[in-house]
Formats: sequence, structure tokens, C-alpha cells
Amino acid sequence: MAPILEIDDLSVAYRSAGGDVHAVEHVNLTLNAGEVVGLCGESGSGKSTLAYGATRLLRPPALITSGSVRYRGRRITHGGDPVDVLTMNHKELARIRWHEVAIVFQSAMNALNPVLRVQDQILDAITAHLKLPKHEAREKAATLLDLVGIPRSRLRAFPHELSGGMRQRVMIAMALAADPEVVIMDEPTTALDVVVQRDILAQIVELKETLGFSVLFITHDLSLLLELADRIAVMYAGRLLETGSASAIMREAAHPYTQGLLHSFPSLHGPRRELVGIPGTPPDLRDTLPGCPFIPRCSFSIPACTEVDMSLAPVTGPPGPPGSHLTACPIVTPEEASQEGVLS
Amino acid sequence: MTEPTGNVPAVGGMAPGAAAGGLISSEPTVTEQSAAPAVNATAEQVGEAAVVESVAAARGPLAMEAIGLNKVFKLGRGAFLQAVRDVSFNLYQGAVIALVGESGSGKSTVAKLLAGQERPTSGQVVVDGKPINVRNTRSFREYKSHVQYVFQDPFSSLNPVHTVGFDLTRPVKLHQPGVKDTEAAVTALLEQVRLTPAAQFVVKYPHELSGGQRQRVSFARALAAQPTVLLADEPVSMLDVSIRLEMLNLLDDLRSRLSLALLYITHDIASARYFADEVLVMYGGQIVERGPAEDVTQHPAHPYTQLLIASAPDPDNLGSSLKAGNVVIGPGGAIAGKAGNVGPASVGCPFSNRCPIADDKCRRDNPALQLLTPVRAAACWRLDVAASPQASGSI
Repeated sequence: MAPILEIDDLSVAYRSAGGDVHAVEHVNLTLNAGEVVGLCGESGSGKSTLAYGATRLLRPPALITSGSVRYRGRRITHGGDPVDVLTMNHKELARIRWHEVAIVFQSAMNALNPVLRVQDQILDAITAHLKLPKHEAREKAATLLDLVGIPRSRLRAFPHELSGGMRQRVMIAMALAADPEVVIMDEPTTALDVVVQRDILAQIVELKETLGFSVLFITHDLSLLLELADRIAVMYAGRLLETGSASAIMREAAHPYTQGLLHSFPSLHGPRRELVGIPGTPPDLRDTLPGCPFIPRCSFSIPACTEVDMSLAPVTGPPGPPGSHLTACPIVTPEEASQEGVLS
Repeated sequence: MTEPTGNVPAVGGMAPGAAAGGLISSEPTVTEQSAAPAVNATAEQVGEAAVVESVAAARGPLAMEAIGLNKVFKLGRGAFLQAVRDVSFNLYQGAVIALVGESGSGKSTVAKLLAGQERPTSGQVVVDGKPINVRNTRSFREYKSHVQYVFQDPFSSLNPVHTVGFDLTRPVKLHQPGVKDTEAAVTALLEQVRLTPAAQFVVKYPHELSGGQRQRVSFARALAAQPTVLLADEPVSMLDVSIRLEMLNLLDDLRSRLSLALLYITHDIASARYFADEVLVMYGGQIVERGPAEDVTQHPAHPYTQLLIASAPDPDNLGSSLKAGNVVIGPGGAIAGKAGNVGPASVGCPFSNRCPIADDKCRRDNPALQLLTPVRAAACWRLDVAASPQASGSI
């Protein structure tokens, strides 16, 4: 699979009076064409900042301090060299946004304007990015609603007249307006209950298959990603701790933090597992942390952990294509990490 | 304004409290429904609701009884909404009862009825053998020292201009008038919810705390009244997955140490499996299935419970139905594609318009709870099909 979006060594800091908050630190992440990559982390781990940084949607006091974001969409590069999103001017950015990379924002409750009808909001997005005559734009809005399974009659509805699940579908429909190559979804199902959540996920998978876009799916719920994503990246305190295929993460999680996440959700099927959870709280990102940021909460931590440079390296041991499963922890092997009760 | 016709359908063996529900005249005929289109309600149940023994009874003495609770909201313009229909269950000290269902299933309304925040249209809440009677501020306050409520959203349930110390001192003074040293009481509360060192948290404002810490303050505030019953309305759904488990363990620890009777409201049936003694599944304002937690989650009888369980993310099931692009997930799941757009049916069984095995009887009459075993019951006409091993095996 060809990479379509390559985030390379990206760092983002929020300037504040109490010192810089290092929200994203030297993150490398690649999204391949047609792939669903799940980005998983706790609140405040920097996962949304990473996505908004990579699409240049951040405003001061946020500042991109290092890195590059290479985009290889065919319609832009025509098979030539990739373009760097971080060095673009506004005109170039406008060509990328929505046409190439679209975002489904967190909490559809707030992302829709409560005083405008759904139709007008979709039309806004269409007219801003596609040059279509009015009647065609209307027709396009209706087709988009068809696409996500909302009856056309709801075009004239206000957001408050729709259920939470329908509002989320409207957001997805808007993101798909200009037929993007990459769709970034920021916690699209977090406020919904499980039945509706499942519906929407199934719909995303189906749309992805038919329209052929790639998805960067951001969530705090690892259990959901294990089912949905092809590859998973686990983020903690602004850094990636582990990346790998969903099955590698599920069966051979290498980083103690990933193991902690895997042991924190109750499962419905199969025997009752012992749940341990992750004690403690994430670190303050204002401090510069020597070595691994997970040390205070990690039961494996040894003095050498403060020397760890937090670069991702291939996991030793399990078979599989080389370089597919990477971890930032050189101390713990997957076998050690998965041992029973280690996190108590 | 269209008045509700008020003729109670002549249904034999009506369950207690059903008479008031009849006010909204949801006679199970199509013509009646079209005559009163503004009525937004589920239909009367047919048949006597079974009396189910609770597995939670083994945990401790009876703390609270909900008997035949009904709640009808007036929506205006002659429209009514039956949010809760004939809900009966007991809470026992030291036991956790989970109330599971999707948004709008009436679970929060049940909690508000138990908390005395809403008055039931009919039915009773009984504490210590006496029906509760919350008429004025004083009796409400008195009641509050028995029954406390923890809200879902720790970001909006704490006043942003008050410190944690203020939030906890007030209920201590109100509910524990004998206590001289309120400061020590507040410290003890914070230690109980493991916010230590307490002195550091007393002076903090909500915005200085993380979501998990805020929810701990909410727990401490509820415990300040030294309640016997704690109603927790989605206490962890706003928190990160990694923090949820810690909070549930804390709740469980408080339950066993203080011998609290706990009502745990959630849409996450997986957490109910681990945390609760008994699970009550609600749909369309009524209990559609109840029984021991492990039993209900492993062998769901009602098609709605089966749908709920099939919808929960299942990490053990890599490359599942989702990835295959296959939306069909077990009985009920086939129609789940329209879940967001279809409300409970107003005629017959509330789930009949989403249920893959519904037949004419389901669309005509609303079933009451029927016993499966002495501790389990489900409200479904087609339990022979729904609860068969083939059906549940196909999830």
C-alpha cells in the first residue's frame, strides 16, 4: 500500500505563561491509501492536537515546532513529489482542505450551527469548496444525506430535531462533500450509545469501501479500534508509544501502557478476565520529562528508563513483516508485558 | 388541543399502577392510534407482570423498593410521553443493581423518581417499609440523607466558582449536624474517595481537577450525607476508558465498606456484567429483561438485550462483522441499521418495529414480564424463538 499522508517528526507546543506545554513531541505516523489507522490515547494525550497540527488547523498559542507532513494525493501531486502541508500558503491549503483531507469534528452536538437548517450547513460546505450551480448543489446535499442513510426529507430539519446519531451522520456527510482522499475522524462516536455507535462504525466502513478514502480514527476507546482499525497507534503524553496491526496490539502488545489499556475494559464475551486498570494520572506536559513519560505509572520501570530516547523500534520476538510492529519501550519484552498481574 | 380520550382499555389482569398509564389511552388498535397521533407512548402491557426474586437479596437487607412506577410527561398540545411504565424492583444493601438501556429508554427518569426529584404518576417508592412522601423542602432534605444521586457529567455537576472544600463542607453541615469538626469530616471524605493528600484538594476549584478527580469529588459529596442508597447515573461514561475501571472499583469498594445499596445506570452492558449483581434492561420505558448479571449477558433472552450485546465493541472478535462490512449482527441487529431513526413502537411491544422476529401478536399486544427461572424474566411473546440456543448463538 502506498503512503498517502506521512507525518514526520511533528512537534506541537502550546505557549503559556507557565512555560510551553509539549502536547505533541516528535511523532511519526504514516497513513496508507485505503487504510483505517486508529489513534488511541487518554484525554490530554495530544491526539487531537496531532491531527489538527497535521492539517494546519491550530491557532496560536499552539505552535508547530518541528516536523513535516507530506501529502501524496494523486489529484495534487499528479504522481510527482509529495507536497508538504506545513509549508503551504493559504491558497494551497484551501485546495487541500475538504477536497483532499476532510475532518469530522468531535461532538456533533456542538459542531453544527443550532440556528441553521441542515441543508444550509451542507450547502455552505459545498459552495465554499465546489463551484456548483445552486440546483446542483442542492441535489448534491440530498445525495450526501442518502449516502449516510438519512431521508432527504430531513434536509429542512434543524440540528435539534435530529437524534445524536443522525447529527453525527450529517457531520460525516459534510466531510464527504468534496470526495476527499483522507478523512480524519475525531471521536465521532464518543457521545453515542453502543447500538448507534455500532451503526455509525459499520456505515463508515461501508463508505470507506465504496468511496475508497483512508481514515485516521481518533478515540480513547482501544476496544473499539481493535475491531475497526487496520493499524493502531497508541499515544501517551504527546508521544507515540506503540504502533502495530490491530491483531499485534491485541495479542502481543509490547508497551506496558498498551497492556494496561487492554486490561482496563470489561469484556462481554468469553470468560471474566481480571481487570487491573492503570493506576495514577498522566504527567504534566509542561515539565520536560527525562526518558519515558509513563515511568511513574509503570510497574516495570527501572533507572535505565530515564535514558530511553522514545524512538519507535521494531518489537523483537514475534514473527511478522519487519517494521510492522513498533514500540518505544526497549526495556520490556511483549512476553513480560503480558504476564498476569504485572500491573497490579 | 386534543384531549386524551381517557378510556382505559379493558385488559385483564392489569399490573399495579397501570390504570394511570391508561390515561393516555394507548388502546392497541390502529384506528385509535391514528385518532390520537400526538400520543407518544408505548402500549399497555398485556398479562400479569411476573414477580421476580432478586439475586441481589442475598447481599443484604432490603434498602428500597420501587413498586409499579409510572411516569407520564405532558409535552403540551395534548401530547404525552410515557417515560416509565410499570417498573418494579428492589435495592438491597451492599448490592449493585444495574439499569441498562439506550438513550431515551427511561433509565434516568427511574433514577429521578427514586431520588424524589420527580413524582411518579402512579406507583410508590418505599424506604424502610414507608412510602416516601417528598412534599416540601424539609422532607426532601430528610429524604436526601438516605438517598443520594451522582450525576453523569462531572464537568457540569460541580459549581465552577466553589472550591472542593466548600462543596463538601456544605453537605456535611446540612446532613451531619452533630459533627463539630467539619474540616476533619471533609478530610475523611476525600480520603474515602482516595483524593490524597486531602489538604491539597480542599482548596482546588473544579477546573484544576481532571475528569476522574472531579467525579471523585461528586462521589465524596454524595457520601457526605451518609446515605444508604446511592443512585449513580452513568457515573463513568464521560471519563476515559482507562479511568473508568478505577472509578468502578472505587464505587465497588465504597459499596462493600459502607454497605451501600447502589443503582448503577449505564448503556455499557459490559461494565454491568463485571460490576452488578442483577441487571435490569430497559427499553421504551419498561423493563424488558432482568436477572443475574452473568446470566443476562451470557444468555440474553430478549431480542433487545441480544442487540445490545451484539453492539458492544468486542476486542476478542478481531476481523468481526464490522470489518467485513456486514451490518447484520444477530437477531435484531439486522434492523439495527435504522436504530437512530426508529423510536419505540406505540402499539404492541415497544421493540416490535426493530425486532427481526416480531409477529402479528408482537405488533398488537405489549407483553408483560414472564418468568424464565425464579430469578430471571423477560417481556417477549416469542421467547421460544428468541431465547433458543440457535438465536443467541448466531450473534
